[in-house]
Amino acid sequence: MALLDVNDLAVSFVTRNGVNKAVDGISFTVESGKITAIIGESGSGKSVACYSMLGLVPMPPGRIDGGTAVFEGTDLLQQSESQLRRIRGRDVAMIFQDPMTCLNPFMTVGKQLMEPLLIHKDVSRDEARQRALELMDEVGIRDPQLTIDNYPHQFSGGMRQRVMIAMALINEPKLLIADEPTTALDVTIQAQILQLIANLQKKRDIGVIFISHDLAVVADIADQIVVMQEGRIVEAGDRAGIFENAQHPYTQKLLAAIPSDSKTPMPEEPEALITVDNLCTWFGDGNKGEIVKAVDDVSFEIRRGEVLGLVGESGSGKSTIGRSILRLVPVTSGRVEFDGIDVTGLEGNALKNMRKRMQMIFQDPFASLNPRMTVYDTLAEPILLHGLADKKTIGQAVLKLMDDVGLARAFVRKYPHEFSGGQRQRIAIGRALATRPEFVVADEPVSALDVTIQSQILDLMQELGREYGLTMLFVSHDLAVVRHLADRILVLHKGELVEQGTGDSLFENPQQEYTRQLLSAIPGRSLLA
Amino acid sequence: MVTDTITDIAEAEKGTSLWQDAWLRLRKNRLALVGLFMLLAFIVIAILTPWIAPYSYEAQNLDLGASPPSAEHWLGTDVFGRDVLTQIMYGGRVSLAVGFLATSVALIIGVTWGAIAGYVGGRVDAVMMRLVDMLYALPFMIFIVLLMVVFGRNILLLFLAIGAVEWLTMARIMRGQVQSLRQQEFVEAAISLGLSPSTIIRRHLIPNALGPIIVYTTLTIPSVMLLEAFLSFLGLGIQPPQTSWGLLISYGAETMEEYPWLLIFPGMALTLTLFSLNFLGDGLRDALDVRGSKD
Repeated sequence: MALLDVNDLAVSFVTRNGVNKAVDGISFTVESGKITAIIGESGSGKSVACYSMLGLVPMPPGRIDGGTAVFEGTDLLQQSESQLRRIRGRDVAMIFQDPMTCLNPFMTVGKQLMEPLLIHKDVSRDEARQRALELMDEVGIRDPQLTIDNYPHQFSGGMRQRVMIAMALINEPKLLIADEPTTALDVTIQAQILQLIANLQKKRDIGVIFISHDLAVVADIADQIVVMQEGRIVEAGDRAGIFENAQHPYTQKLLAAIPSDSKTPMPEEPEALITVDNLCTWFGDGNKGEIVKAVDDVSFEIRRGEVLGLVGESGSGKSTIGRSILRLVPVTSGRVEFDGIDVTGLEGNALKNMRKRMQMIFQDPFASLNPRMTVYDTLAEPILLHGLADKKTIGQAVLKLMDDVGLARAFVRKYPHEFSGGQRQRIAIGRALATRPEFVVADEPVSALDVTIQSQILDLMQELGREYGLTMLFVSHDLAVVRHLADRILVLHKGELVEQGTGDSLFENPQQEYTRQLLSAIPGRSLLA
Repeated sequence: MVTDTITDIAEAEKGTSLWQDAWLRLRKNRLALVGLFMLLAFIVIAILTPWIAPYSYEAQNLDLGASPPSAEHWLGTDVFGRDVLTQIMYGGRVSLAVGFLATSVALIIGVTWGAIAGYVGGRVDAVMMRLVDMLYALPFMIFIVLLMVVFGRNILLLFLAIGAVEWLTMARIMRGQVQSLRQQEFVEAAISLGLSPSTIIRRHLIPNALGPIIVYTTLTIPSVMLLEAFLSFLGLGIQPPQTSWGLLISYGAETMEEYPWLLIFPGMALTLTLFSLNFLGDGLRDALDVRGSKD
């Protein structure tokens, strides 16, 4: 018998604008010792489905419309709050996306690990501490004796997620629900955590529900895959069936959105547009007097018309390089030459004119647009500032820009919050192109977006890149995306340049150990072959 | 995708402003409109008082003494037989003027100061904010007395003095807002477009910091009115026979057991003003928050 048998579960939210069916009659099972992955984009109802079973969806506005969720013979949907409380954290445990916000910053890790044990089981504090130490060891935290009394901020992101996993496992749950547990982590850490979850689950023979927006992430670990769209299950099956023989067009679209090709490099090698010489960007660390060498002695060139990929993990300095070139952070030393002009020394009007020629597309389209400016205001501002249109022609210029980035003209008076993430990123791209720049830095422009939207935005950027004759520095942690888009790739590690080459040469014949590590960590690399 | 119609273009060319949109939204908020119209009514009455007041504010009728509301004196008279309605109308001139002018002074100085300190940061910020701290530490009364001694007593100076004190908190709020806003990517985007710092502050930072500022402003106006009453009570503000709501209330409070109407009616005038301000303030905050729009 299945560990968890969900049948025809339906959950809706009652809002001012009517009833929103978040989960519309879904059925799936989870077996002991197996991983069931639920895949879907934001708003597909994948999290709501799991949270509602545990009574974690606030009601109202939430409402369970029907169905059953039988866990070991009891229907979770029929349990009272106090009964559910006994199940949560003991028989069913959860791991969340962001380990930093889920750990209490004022409690030591040890205390937080012991808490569920002390609540649910009749054990002494010493026994609980002993158990916590064992689990920390099991999830791969080094020297648990030394670190158990540390606070969460003293751990790295990956280590914090290990703490979360230890906390979830401490009561020997039978079912583990992991909600995007690796989305906030670097790619190499992500690979480690995925491996850890898979190992622990086999060893302990527990059932796992793995919620993710990314098919590639679960490609190596899932036994069963459930694909959700708009509250319904569109396709379900075992891993091989989904990856090799997807039936539903939506699943096929998700699979197609995983970039697997390599861009053919430009035939000839044009002259350099930007030359970066011995660039150093250091940050003083406040009062401590410590210096963080975010970018340390990096030299490279960007050729006219090419897309240069810049990959690295968080803290590698990849974003800082882009911002240094654009003069958004002060450069410590070195030269950045743009078309023969040293950018680092520019001031006043010369700097303003240079800014017209180089622009930036930011990662988070929810933060990079002024929430109080309409699309019109946002797009008109740079055009008017640089005198590219006057009062009479500005309306036409804005509409032309909207056409270019694929936004309907009717949206011209709307505010950013009225758009989806993908549409917002289109606005942000439009703003960056408004000054008709020659060079654009794109800093993780798609990592905040859903997978299918990602490929649309990437296509748009490629198309506009050709149309506008852009040179682009494409900064990303996602090697597959960079390979798909970039003519050449630079690999960055701890502020230093590790390796550079074309996509194919880097993927097939990496020279450096670090590059090899990065490549082996790409989720679903079997799909890239 | 492309819907190229003439209305679209006309729409686009019209341009938009945050304030136009805010006004459209404010118009839908009935409570805020009531507040706005009551305030406007008070202001119009205050301006027209010398022509429409039923009595002269100096006119005494010692024979009458303190009398309750009647047909001749709608809101009664005080111990000197002066008409209370007339006093409230004249008092409103002073109170509203102090309230709005001193708050505007505070608003302009505070928002500018705080925005610059928060945006520029570093040493400039440190110096600017230490200056604010120093002024905070300065005993307010001594400051006012000094001003009065040096420049002599006059109402305009009173506005300035109160405004000069109230802007300190405004500057701190604004600085905090700007500091958190300037971390956001849209400010970085504005820098990379080549906008000047003053444009960034004006177009991108201040509109996004308006919510707390408006709420604090609606709180400042009443506190300024009460401050004026306190100063007048100490003999530092306006002097009888000139009057203000604050003064009327403090005199009324002394005799509230015998002549309650001397407290109730000036009190009502102040309370109604405060209500209107709060309704309008809440409405403005919602109207300026584009995310809160219900459509």
